[in-house]
Amino acid sequence: MSVGKPKTIFEKIWDSHVVKQADGYPDALFIDRHFIHEVTSPQAFDGLKTRGIPVFNTQRTTATADHNVPTRDQHLPIKEALSRHQVETLRKNCKDFGIELYDLGHPFQGIVHIIGPELGLTLPGMTIVCGDSHTSTHGAFGNIAFGIGTSEVEQVLATQCVLQYKPMTMKIEINGTLGKGIVSKDIILYIISKISSSGATGYFVEYAGDAIRSLSMEARMTICNMSIEMGARGGMIAPDEVTFNYIKGRKFAPAGKAFDLKVQEWKALKSDEGAAYDKVLKFDAADIRPMITYGTNPGMGMAVTDRIPTVEELKEINEQASFKKSLDYMGLEPGSQLLGKSVDYVFIGSCTNARIEDLRMVADIVKGKRKAANVEVWVVPGSRQVEEQAKKEGLDKIFEAAGFELRSPGCSACLGMNEDKVPAGKYCISTSNRNFEGRQGPKSRTFLASPLSAAAAAITGKVTDVRDLV
Amino acid sequence: MKEKFTTLVSTAVPLPGENIDTDQIIPARFLKATTREGFGDNLFRDWRFDQGGSPVKSFVLNDPVYSGKILVGGKNFGCGSSREHAAWALYDYGFRVVVSSFFADIFKNNALNNGLLPLVVSDSFLKKLFELITKDPSVKLTVDLQAQTLSVTGIKEHFDINLYKKTCLINGYDDIDYLLSLRTEIKSFDNTHSQLQVAE
Repeated sequence: MSVGKPKTIFEKIWDSHVVKQADGYPDALFIDRHFIHEVTSPQAFDGLKTRGIPVFNTQRTTATADHNVPTRDQHLPIKEALSRHQVETLRKNCKDFGIELYDLGHPFQGIVHIIGPELGLTLPGMTIVCGDSHTSTHGAFGNIAFGIGTSEVEQVLATQCVLQYKPMTMKIEINGTLGKGIVSKDIILYIISKISSSGATGYFVEYAGDAIRSLSMEARMTICNMSIEMGARGGMIAPDEVTFNYIKGRKFAPAGKAFDLKVQEWKALKSDEGAAYDKVLKFDAADIRPMITYGTNPGMGMAVTDRIPTVEELKEINEQASFKKSLDYMGLEPGSQLLGKSVDYVFIGSCTNARIEDLRMVADIVKGKRKAANVEVWVVPGSRQVEEQAKKEGLDKIFEAAGFELRSPGCSACLGMNEDKVPAGKYCISTSNRNFEGRQGPKSRTFLASPLSAAAAAITGKVTDVRDLV
Repeated sequence: MKEKFTTLVSTAVPLPGENIDTDQIIPARFLKATTREGFGDNLFRDWRFDQGGSPVKSFVLNDPVYSGKILVGGKNFGCGSSREHAAWALYDYGFRVVVSSFFADIFKNNALNNGLLPLVVSDSFLKKLFELITKDPSVKLTVDLQAQTLSVTGIKEHFDINLYKKTCLINGYDDIDYLLSLRTEIKSFDNTHSQLQVAE
């Protein structure tokens, strides 16, 4: 590494990807890996067609269909005409422009942020973008990954670059040991509840500390995934042996000698001693309890044993109005407890928590048990590979015996875009990332929680402290 | 080439809630179109219409008292998803400026890339704006992009915007025009860089 000012890992990667830095212009940032899906890409391809230009480097873009796909009977044509049209448009665009597509039925198909890492397309040191805010997931490997809009998707397709201003940097350090029944989803929900849904806007976050180091790659991805929920441009974790072991042997990862060489290179990807951040926050893992959200943004979260704040506990008048509106939408009383509240749906899935470890975690708790009669439970694997692995391990049998429905991969009930929706007024405890009004379907009500807490609620039929079950 | 933006004088629509996320601006189930047009019909869909599809009278876009090309929104406007459809929907509906005291990053970029000006004012100025507009819905706001000012009935605030984005808006330029002019440099970067990245 160069001598001089100590740099953060973020600065090292950013600086090595700037193609052009001109006075008065944002940086032209080179993009190593570009993922696309059916929802945010059609208008970008149209732009290329209008200009009559090809994709700059087809090898650097990978496509899959995830947002709009049904999670049942994926071998049949998509019933809903507009969804079908969007997936067909993706198919046609990928064919016309020469881009690899992992379409419905393909063994590699799945949620875009699940398949990138599992295929070894996501590697340390890269710049990665996708027309999807949860692109921050990939940052768990020690790369710069962030969501972009469709105009920027077009920029990347046309030039392999995006124009970006360098964001500020924030380090979030979590030290200490997590208690029993507390997992990485609780860590990130805890951080967001502390700093609010806009607390990291304008920043790129690096997560550090021994509590982060102790996590598996999949658990780290859950944390980076939700960086955007506190407004951050992205979140990243410097790579280590856990990272390298995860990557080794993956389909598109470097193999043999090339892998060993890359590992040497990747080992330099860490923040230098004394590197300066624009902001540093520290948390103690021992303070974290199982988390749940009660409102309509991910910052409105609390420990499952806590009570919802009262209106008077909020300082600002504007905040109070939004708070009241939010609780009104949720059908909840200020100052009340959620513990014991009956739920109608349990959704285990999404780019936040639909990897094999998440499914294993759920299976561990529900093994030999049966869901409560008042709940409907959907388990939606993040990819075809996760689905296959779950079946290989017999998790499907455990879910079946518990009365859970194991579906086919897709974004499913995370965003109310496909057939999987939570009905109006119903409560869903969900392992996804957003509890916005109507997110899981018009007038649906979402409680965000960890896969463990969701599994516990599935068994008891109500909001439960998972520590009573593990 | 986008529509050029210089000065705008218009009445405004107040929407004071905080954390107005992109799922409210345009719910995911309306993101199925493959073109950029028509999203305005479903702007704020679930606040604007009830489940039967009838307009919700109390929602500000259905209130005939308020109209105009400027939307004044609460703090942390546009948080959530990266869907550019949110910017398209606001633009398609007829808005050219969104005023707030704080915008989410991706929304801000998306707006700027579509000729929709995200205009940041102080919390106190925003509060005054809400008061003035509610008191007199016919009050006109003047946005002068060149001078970077927002003024209304004797009060004025300067707003920040970076010079590059300002130039793009005033001239109707796209980022992509600039990037395309760098194609040769990018190609050579890609060639050398890929040798570093993929050590075969």
